[in-house]
Amino acid sequence: MEIKTTPLKRCTLLEVNGRIDSSTAPRLADIFNEITEGGEFHIVFDMGNVEFISSAGLWVMVTAQKKCKRFNRGEVYLAGVPKRIHEAFDLAGFIPYFKVFDSSAEAVGSF
Amino acid sequence: MPLEVFPGNFRNLEKIRDFYAKAARAAGLDEDAVYDVQMAVDEAAANIIDHAYGGEDQGVIECAYEITEKGIRIILHDHGKAFDPDLITPPDVSSDPCSRKPRGLGLFFMQKLMDTVSFTFNGDGGNILTMEKNKENCC
Repeated sequence: MEIKTTPLKRCTLLEVNGRIDSSTAPRLADIFNEITEGGEFHIVFDMGNVEFISSAGLWVMVTAQKKCKRFNRGEVYLAGVPKRIHEAFDLAGFIPYFKVFDSSAEAVGSF
Repeated sequence: MPLEVFPGNFRNLEKIRDFYAKAARAAGLDEDAVYDVQMAVDEAAANIIDHAYGGEDQGVIECAYEITEKGIRIILHDHGKAFDPDLITPPDVSSDPCSRKPRGLGLFFMQKLMDTVSFTFNGDGGNILTMEKNKENCC
């Protein structure tokens, strides 16, 4: 799994390439923590190149969302979510909790 | 019956998923069903490591399968603590995820994504998890 973070004017763009499972989810959690500990709570997570996500990865995202939404200080937006990953979110009942955009440009522009 | 034995650690989840993806394709499942199989075996193996063995590198996961007329039958065998699925409370997927405990989704995914899921505990022999995934047009 490769992770790239790009600080932008109104948010931080997080891009992940590869598979998020119990082995790699802790690293994703660390990256979310680094971003929020730096005082940024507006995050766009571009999932266009995520090939696989298990429940361990989904929970990392819920935890990050919970932290960002606290005190109305921000939010995690999702972009480019592949169909099968969207289905996993939906099955878990997590879709109502995330705003989902077709592209990261659209998501970034919404902050 | 094809069988591979993987040490029970999270680094091997990718190998276990790949092993079963290849088997599911050989059984004639379409790519959506192959992905479902990968998710189910990932959750199953992660649960074995977390709950049956209580952590990484405490035992092995024996991964076997049979190609059947309907699709594929997957058998995961561990030598850890007994697992009783009836003791697991199903997640309330309609509730706010923030108020939920971060658990219980693994078994839920397995049951939703596979056509059958059954557990047996064999005393000293450990847990045997059997899951089946049928081809879309099989029945």
